Amino acid sequence: MTNSNLLPSGLPRIESLEMRNITKRFPGVLANDHINFDVKAGEIHALLGENGAGKSTLMKILYGLYQPNEGEILLNGQPIEIQSPTDAIRHGIGMIHQHFMLVETLTVAENVALGLKSPREPVMDLNAVSARIVDLADKYGLQVDPKAVINDLAVGQRQRVEIVKALYRGAALLILDEPTAVLTPQEVEDLFVIFRQMAKEGHALIFISHKMDEIFALTDRVTVLRDGKVIGTVQTAETSKRELARMMVGREVIFERDKKPLPPGEVRLKLENVNVRNEAGFPILKDINFEVRSNEILGVAGVSGNGQRALAEAIAGLQPVSSGKVIMDGEDVTHLPPAEMYKIGFSYIPEERMHDGVIKDFSISDNMILQDHDRPPFSRGIFLNFKAIEQHSRNLVRAFRIKTPGLKTPVKNLSGGNIQKLILARELARHPRVLIAAQPTRGVDIGATEYIHARLLEQRENGLATLLISEDLDEVTSLSDRIMVLYGGEIMGIVDADAVSIEDLGLMMAGERRMAPAG
Amino acid sequence: MTQELTFAVIIIGILHSGIRLATPYLYAGLGEMFDQRAGVLNLGVDGIMLMGAFFGFYAVYQTGNAWLGVAAAVLVGIVMGLLMAVVSISFQAEQGISGIGLYMFGLGLSSLLFKTMLGTVEGVQGFSELKFQITQNFSLYDIPIIGPIFFNHSVLTYGAFLLVPISAYVLNKTTWGLKIKAAGQNPEAADSLGVNVTTVRYMTVILGAALAGLAGASLSISLLNIFQENMTNGMGFIAVALVYFGSWRPYGVLAGALLFSTVNALQLWAQVLNLPIPSDVAVMLPYLLTIIALAMPFRRAAQPAALTRPFTRGDN
Repeated sequence: MTNSNLLPSGLPRIESLEMRNITKRFPGVLANDHINFDVKAGEIHALLGENGAGKSTLMKILYGLYQPNEGEILLNGQPIEIQSPTDAIRHGIGMIHQHFMLVETLTVAENVALGLKSPREPVMDLNAVSARIVDLADKYGLQVDPKAVINDLAVGQRQRVEIVKALYRGAALLILDEPTAVLTPQEVEDLFVIFRQMAKEGHALIFISHKMDEIFALTDRVTVLRDGKVIGTVQTAETSKRELARMMVGREVIFERDKKPLPPGEVRLKLENVNVRNEAGFPILKDINFEVRSNEILGVAGVSGNGQRALAEAIAGLQPVSSGKVIMDGEDVTHLPPAEMYKIGFSYIPEERMHDGVIKDFSISDNMILQDHDRPPFSRGIFLNFKAIEQHSRNLVRAFRIKTPGLKTPVKNLSGGNIQKLILARELARHPRVLIAAQPTRGVDIGATEYIHARLLEQRENGLATLLISEDLDEVTSLSDRIMVLYGGEIMGIVDADAVSIEDLGLMMAGERRMAPAG
Repeated sequence: MTQELTFAVIIIGILHSGIRLATPYLYAGLGEMFDQRAGVLNLGVDGIMLMGAFFGFYAVYQTGNAWLGVAAAVLVGIVMGLLMAVVSISFQAEQGISGIGLYMFGLGLSSLLFKTMLGTVEGVQGFSELKFQITQNFSLYDIPIIGPIFFNHSVLTYGAFLLVPISAYVLNKTTWGLKIKAAGQNPEAADSLGVNVTTVRYMTVILGAALAGLAGASLSISLLNIFQENMTNGMGFIAVALVYFGSWRPYGVLAGALLFSTVNALQLWAQVLNLPIPSDVAVMLPYLLTIIALAMPFRRAAQPAALTRPFTRGDN
């Protein structure tokens, strides 16, 4: 056995890394406020916090992408300077970024070699690089082909290339910035096996996430940040989801939704044998039949890409229906354009909120009246009534607790949660009779998610008929009265939310089980 | 018999001119290819060429030394490139607009300098054609057909062709080439690995401009041995188009340069031979070809993803 202070890559371990009193100010924002944080060899330390809590800023400081205004970084007890990523790499610190940092047109070996001195400078020595990649891949159980071009690799493989890249550079400490954001559950599990092994062999890992389940599955300690401050550091084994959520949000978070039993009202939306084909003529929705009633939320579950988007767009009038009928309040609305749908009480929260939900360079006020700008009270003749628009926007910003510096602020400057609240406010203020909410809380922090859920349930009590499309199974099961599962453009079943098991839903989502409609 | 001989002479003439006229396209096109691979679109190539052509010419006119002409052209190219780099990389100006500005600046200044410093069109003794004299009685030029086509060019023309494999080698085999490609494809990734994107882009823009200056000099002190106002006639813009045409690859640029220069040679010979084609139409040919070439669905995927996109650290 070799020296136990060495990692499998042959490099020395980082026994401890400590960030002391780190403060970082941006114009108008205190992103990090005297933060203390440390990680040890063999440990996976989670950094938890809502969007904007300061996690990414802290890690960018550690990786040399930002310079702190105050504070110091100690490596094995010795103060070090990290002015740039090059410095960080030299000290054995590697980072796996939230968005892949790979040059898609280059090969794995070229991506690994990028920025490093070649033994045959200025000429590259890709054979030597490839040999070492294969060697590292063997030692860490990472399967990668050095000659493969990144563009040809699946997402999970790209993640492995990122890890190899960091190991190749001698990373003893790895910063993992939401590394699972784009992976399937199976890929996540494979990745966690690798992370656990790396920790066991003496690497120090910092894991940034806001997914509770992943934190409990993977980490040893958790540090929670809120508003740029450390709220606390706890042993993962000694804490609970509820406690972490409270630390993160600053108050009690209710995971259980208060869904009052309500008798379903009249049918508001009905689809009869709806078929939709894509541009290539390939069927993407097949014989869709269902109805949504007043006082009801119908959840649509399924792995993304199984027709959910086509379903929402077919009802909204954004996607042509090739056969069948869409009926709203007894009227055939199959071929109505979106503008007409909006006039008769239809509202839509699209899944791509930045692309389809708002005009991101427009102000809050402008976005609040997108559908209704040409109607009283927002316009008189050809003129806009700015007073009415401002009044309306101010009321909604207040009522929906949208955090913004002002009504004239471009929407792109708001956080994801606040943009989603804006869309929700706009759609609900129109007093819709039917609402489609597609992925209403995707990428939204816990506080905003809780709020959006409460508003959707409140509207249900007020009589709204809601079609809730979501990939988040917890969301679908806790909000819906009934759940419909889509697979390959077909309905696998419509079941009572209270009666169905997660296992059955999973089998339906995988296309392996059909269940008869409930009742 | 005479008929056939004349025909052979014409073909040899066209091919010889094709190779010769490819010189400025190659220097300017390969230089622009480096710029674009690093993510910078320099539309000012034509202006830099004009400045290079003037200073190259003027240096030879004053000293009689053709190599000093090359040095002057490269130097003025570097200065123009530095200007482009400061404006478009450091100040992050819209690259299309700053390039057009650079072009107009080069066009105007070279004309002004021509009027004040020369006044009339003069000739100089620039680079002469190499005949590759092997022995007293034999040169490679004497080889039938091949000799007159390939072994009767100036050193600048051979240099331009030699630059093609050199460019390919630099781009594909060196660490610097890897940095260039990364800076143009995913500058954030390059930065995260410690590559200084700004430095890489500065160096490629300056290199590209130095080659554009040389392209201009190849006209004024090698191919034509004169300087005239706006003597490039938009060649610099065709060079930019050649980069797209060649899918951002050195050998693609070579193919494009040869195609355009041969069409150019054809139209020159058509005029010489008094073929019944209106000369205006003949002159239009290369430009027409540019439009057709660019309208065709080329491998758009080959375009560097970060082309014309300025880079700021932490801005994503």
